[in-house]
Amino acid sequence: MKLFAYHQPDQIPDAAKLLTSIEDSKLVAGGMTLIPTLKQRLASPVALVDLSKLGNLKGITDDGATITIGAMTPHAVVAASKLVQSKIPGLAALASMIGDPAVRRRGTIGGSVANNDPAADYPAGVLGLGAGIVTSTREIAADKFFLGLFETALEPSEIITAIRFPVPLKAGYAKFKAPASRYALVGVFVAKFADGVRLAVTGAGSGVFRVPPMEAALSQNFDPSAIAAIKIDTDGLTSDIHAEADYRAHLVTIMAKRAVDAALS
Amino acid sequence: MQISFTLNGRPTTVDVEPATLVAELLREQLHLTGTHIGCDTSQCGACVVHLDGLPVKSCTLLAPALDGATLLTIEGLQGTSGSNQLHPMQEAFREHHGLQCGFCTPGMLMTAVALATEKPDLTEADVRHGLEGNICRCTGYQNIVVSVMAGAAAMNAAKGE
Repeated sequence: MKLFAYHQPDQIPDAAKLLTSIEDSKLVAGGMTLIPTLKQRLASPVALVDLSKLGNLKGITDDGATITIGAMTPHAVVAASKLVQSKIPGLAALASMIGDPAVRRRGTIGGSVANNDPAADYPAGVLGLGAGIVTSTREIAADKFFLGLFETALEPSEIITAIRFPVPLKAGYAKFKAPASRYALVGVFVAKFADGVRLAVTGAGSGVFRVPPMEAALSQNFDPSAIAAIKIDTDGLTSDIHAEADYRAHLVTIMAKRAVDAALS
Repeated sequence: MQISFTLNGRPTTVDVEPATLVAELLREQLHLTGTHIGCDTSQCGACVVHLDGLPVKSCTLLAPALDGATLLTIEGLQGTSGSNQLHPMQEAFREHHGLQCGFCTPGMLMTAVALATEKPDLTEADVRHGLEGNICRCTGYQNIVVSVMAGAAAMNAAKGE
């Protein structure tokens, strides 16, 4: 790992200022992705801006029709939250499947969403639920946030402070994980709302995406059988050492059915 | 930068580069070599330590995170009557052959102690799920799981005394 300066601001504006004033600086939340990246020298920032001393970025609040999860809330806390378990059990289940127990204690929802790894779990939950990404300057709808491989709508000095999730009627997540990394080879999040169904896929392509034909079919009939015959086009899907594109396409339908099953159970 | 923390019950202050990993700090600067570095990619769990009571992977933790915190390493585990005695979980691993080469054992023990502390009525399924981030390449896990169950029971018994 190359050496870097380390800043621990206690105010969000100070963190944003550091981020813009120091060229090649990076934010660090739980560090579960960034630290391995630094160790492999895939990134060598001159300074890290640590978000752990900022107040009010941890915790989960019930706003009635939505629940808001602070950006620095670790996965283990979301997974164990009685509030999330009762209002969006599919989201608590998703958080419980990320990495392993030690990783879930450090890794944060804000870090995962900001990083937008194409095989990360949270982007599927955020897009599937149509959540709002609350930042230091605005709130961004999930549909406009994820822009493909590790890219998001965040401005260079913008910091995620919370994610606001609409409470669905039902929601579920199913994941076929790569056994070594525990990332999603394919993960599918499905959410049923009064006005329709949203379904988001992670792991299969260069970024999280929705599947409109499945959403339409599930809006008519929220049952795994409704989507059993819907095939996904392999165009744009990932082929790598872990799986070919046609296998990933096959898994999308399987995982989507399992996600609906999970939502119904 | 200078950081101060409690290490195995003792106040500790060290000068570190912010780019120092906690596993490196422990092994190379503080000469506590019980914490092992196996994969160095936060998968194997040989480096697990307790940060403020919670098991984390010290190969994927920057030293500044220790400032003001309480850290427990494998060297800090001890029996109920003193530091020259094995912790009930260590005793259970010895009794039930929960190790072969022993490389993963420090991390297994730290994770196991945390599991048993968090949930005193551990089931075998809890243990297998809880050990997901700890890899052993010798034992096939069977004896490790047996050891953790026995160690958890021994910890409960010790608490009741």
